[in-house]
Amino acid sequence: MIHFVLLISRQGKVRLTKWYSPYSQKERSKVIRELSGMILTRGPKLSNFVEWRGFKVVYKRYASLYFCMCINQEDNELEILEIIHHFVEILDRYFGSVCELDLIFNFHKAYYILDEILIAGELQESSKKTVARLVSAQDSLVDAAKEEANSISNIIAQATK
Amino acid sequence: MNPFSSGTRLRDMIRAIRACKTAAEERAVVRKECASIRAAVSDNDNDYRHRNLAKLMFIHMLGYPTHFGQMECLKLIAAPGFPEKRIGYLGLMLLLDERQEVLMLVTNSLKQDLNHTNQYIVGLALCALGNICSAEMARDLAPEVERLLQFRDPNVRKKAALCSIRIVKKVPDLVENFVNPVASLLKEKHHGVLLTAMQLCADLCILSEEALEYFKKRCTEGLVKVLKDAVNSPYAPEYDISGIADPFLQIRLLRLLRILGHGDADASDCMNDVLAQVATKTESNKNAGNAILYECVETILSIEDSGGLRVLAINILGRFLSNRDNNIRYVALNMLMKAISVDGQAVQRHRATILECVKDSDASIRKRALELVYLLVNESNVKPLTKELIDYLEVSDQDFKGDLTARICSIVEKLSPDKLWYIDQMLKVLCEAGNYVKDEVWHALIVVITNASNLHGYTVRSLYRAIQTSVDQEAVVRVAVWCIGEYGDLLMNNTGMLDLEEPITVTESDAVDVIELAIKRHTSDLTTRAMCLIALLKLSSRFPSSSQRIKDIVTQSKGSLLLELQQRSIEFDSIIEKHQNLRAALVERMPVLDEATYSGRRSGSVPAAVSTSQGNALHLPNGVAKMADAPLLDLLDLSVDEPAAPNSSGGNFLQDLLGADISSSSSQSVSGKIQAQKSGTDVLLDLLSTGSAPAQNGSSTPDIFSISQDNKTSISALDSLSSPMVPPVQASPITGGSPMDLLDGFGPNPPVPKDNGPAHPPIVAFESSSLKIIFNFSKEPESPQTTLIEANFTNKSSEVYTDFIFQAAVPKFLQLHLEPASGNTLPSSSSGSITQKLRVTNNQHGKKSIMMRIRISYKLNGKDMLEEGQISNIPRDL
Repeated sequence: MIHFVLLISRQGKVRLTKWYSPYSQKERSKVIRELSGMILTRGPKLSNFVEWRGFKVVYKRYASLYFCMCINQEDNELEILEIIHHFVEILDRYFGSVCELDLIFNFHKAYYILDEILIAGELQESSKKTVARLVSAQDSLVDAAKEEANSISNIIAQATK
Repeated sequence: MNPFSSGTRLRDMIRAIRACKTAAEERAVVRKECASIRAAVSDNDNDYRHRNLAKLMFIHMLGYPTHFGQMECLKLIAAPGFPEKRIGYLGLMLLLDERQEVLMLVTNSLKQDLNHTNQYIVGLALCALGNICSAEMARDLAPEVERLLQFRDPNVRKKAALCSIRIVKKVPDLVENFVNPVASLLKEKHHGVLLTAMQLCADLCILSEEALEYFKKRCTEGLVKVLKDAVNSPYAPEYDISGIADPFLQIRLLRLLRILGHGDADASDCMNDVLAQVATKTESNKNAGNAILYECVETILSIEDSGGLRVLAINILGRFLSNRDNNIRYVALNMLMKAISVDGQAVQRHRATILECVKDSDASIRKRALELVYLLVNESNVKPLTKELIDYLEVSDQDFKGDLTARICSIVEKLSPDKLWYIDQMLKVLCEAGNYVKDEVWHALIVVITNASNLHGYTVRSLYRAIQTSVDQEAVVRVAVWCIGEYGDLLMNNTGMLDLEEPITVTESDAVDVIELAIKRHTSDLTTRAMCLIALLKLSSRFPSSSQRIKDIVTQSKGSLLLELQQRSIEFDSIIEKHQNLRAALVERMPVLDEATYSGRRSGSVPAAVSTSQGNALHLPNGVAKMADAPLLDLLDLSVDEPAAPNSSGGNFLQDLLGADISSSSSQSVSGKIQAQKSGTDVLLDLLSTGSAPAQNGSSTPDIFSISQDNKTSISALDSLSSPMVPPVQASPITGGSPMDLLDGFGPNPPVPKDNGPAHPPIVAFESSSLKIIFNFSKEPESPQTTLIEANFTNKSSEVYTDFIFQAAVPKFLQLHLEPASGNTLPSSSSGSITQKLRVTNNQHGKKSIMMRIRISYKLNGKDMLEEGQISNIPRDL
């Protein structure tokens, strides 16, 4: 089971956090501090696994972002690397060659995508296409609702003129 | 329109925050935004609620408090539209966790959304429930989720399956409700549904034995077929990852088969073929393939025995080990640790490669490899492996040395074929990394040295050489100082030369030089210096001609600011100067320390260092075992061979020690609340652990621990040890000049060794013309506040007392518990006694002493008698 997902920039800024196990706000910031200290300082040729508090943190760097997932000792680390890559590919497809700025300004969309990939710390969907389809279907629902609201407000605006 | 909510858009706020140059600027921007959001919240602004929540989420990610936004999430979730709900649920998952009570308020909205006609809204609710639900919510909403497992859209079914995992984890008694739906989900074709159903199935099996049996019978074959299809499936672009069809699905299948096949020969048999297929057909040049192979190896190792498959599995791990990718080597080491209990021989074949991994630049790999090497060591390969490890110790990282030395020491202790080898290896370790060695390791070494009587000469000479080269390693210095003090005479004349040894010439003054150097070295800590002083005292007797020089060195510590050193030097100085006749006997060679007792004490501890390798069937002796108390004891061997005290039992020379120079009064204040026998050990321990006390406490046995807590500084223990002339009731004996008295006191007429009296002397609590009450005290070491009193009643008259009843009353800060008396008839003329136990708990321990009012009633020749009194002479430290 994945206990949490963290996206940290090379400067140590948090770009996304998702907690599947209960951590209080205090613990969360402590965990983030601890892990970013450990992971950001690791050399390039080392393994992608860090043993931490009896768990394992699997991380992978993509450009300026570190994607980290915390798992149990007995979980398959190599598979988690694949899940991270799966997530990154879907982000990439969604944003069109994703960069850190996309994730900053559209952080909520990154969360929506993650929610289509993981629930309760387990993988939900192995098809990138399905994830993309589900996310865009929901996006279009939102757009439709917005348009409707706009047209209504236009009507009201015109009526009250 | 609300003047506050016309604030910036989300994008603009993010820009503004990113434009900040300093943390203070950022805080100012955030504060302003938070203020306007709060205003909007209190205005119950509807139009911009979702935008405000999005802003809050961003602010939350930056680490600012955002609790005021929690209710906004609930309001958005309760709104009818999809956009509001979407952002509301996101905020809920982000800003709240299952421990917040606000969460309960959302249960109703969740229930409605789970029944919504829009499948995406159902999906949102399932996702939120799966990620943060509490046990109560799980119970309330389980029926809805169960129903959704049969929903028409597979994307909802898969979400419901994962949501169910959280539910059964929170409320395990719901497991049985999910068994049947999962069995039908496992027959589906949709990968998402299969993935999640298998995951749920695995969790159900872990939680419930019945579920496991059910799935073993019903689903094993079907799953084997699914895996077979997946392995042999043609190219499917949707699920393809570097040429492999849906590795996620394969991995989950393998994992579930592992659970089903574990301990079940039939099920295992059924999956043999397909596992062999996976193991041979999967490409291992990409990570995805390796992930499958790794999972497959684990499955092969945990299902029931099938020789051929296991060979295949270990070979895969062998290939992994020689891979250049660190990740692959890491997982290989990880899995070999599990494989070792299955097939140790096969793992041994990869020993050389594993040993190389100990030297890897990656800490995670080093650590794994070291643990594995530790498990691989046996009698036949201990020598070469230890040599490799010790050689590596020279070049290893500083922060790895601690782990490495602990492992080496543990291997050497566990498997050393002979004492000479043991001593040699330990000396090497100490010379390389003496500062990383735990105290118990060198304590154990001293125990071994004392036992190897034919190696004393060799050892002390080796140590003499070692200390010349490794003077900066504290542990070497300590062991060397101890041995030179103990066997200094063997250093001079090359006694007991071994064949392999080169003779060295050491003069008496060389030996003293070494100790002098050690005591003066500014990095030596208190323990080392104290040990040096003792060694000097011993040498003063072994080398009579250097006596004056030794006295001079000892004298220099008289002015030490450290009480311990000051006191030792004053005492030793007076021994050297005034008690020539006594000295030789006083510092005679130590009796052999009992190895069995010592190792028994150590092995009583629970392994802590090797917790990571728990799953293994192997018994692992502890790498960092409990502290050694035995060697510490003899460091203060001053009184062990006390002339007055015949040293009866090798193991318990403490008795003599106590008997000889601690009069009952001092032991009372020293050992606070320890029982008689034990007190000697513990006091000394405490005494000797000065300087390194905290480190030892961490691992010491409970009773020692409690004592060091009581006697905040062990020095106070020493004080009282050496001042036996203090009158019994005095609470805190002072050292002032007492060493002289001590020594003069027993010089001419040594006191008769007496039995170990209780740590607290008995007192006469009450005495009248007809009755006498004596209190014997004892303490439970773990509760300093509680005193056990054994009251002993004797009849001084010539008549028998019948119906004897003792009553006591105590002030409020005490609690008294009276146990039944041993009888109610007290024979005449002190010819017998009644005992009765009292348990007193003192809430103001240390501030007020125990006192009580008593009343004794009895019948004398049929006549009622009553005596009353007050007991206030109980020592305060009780």
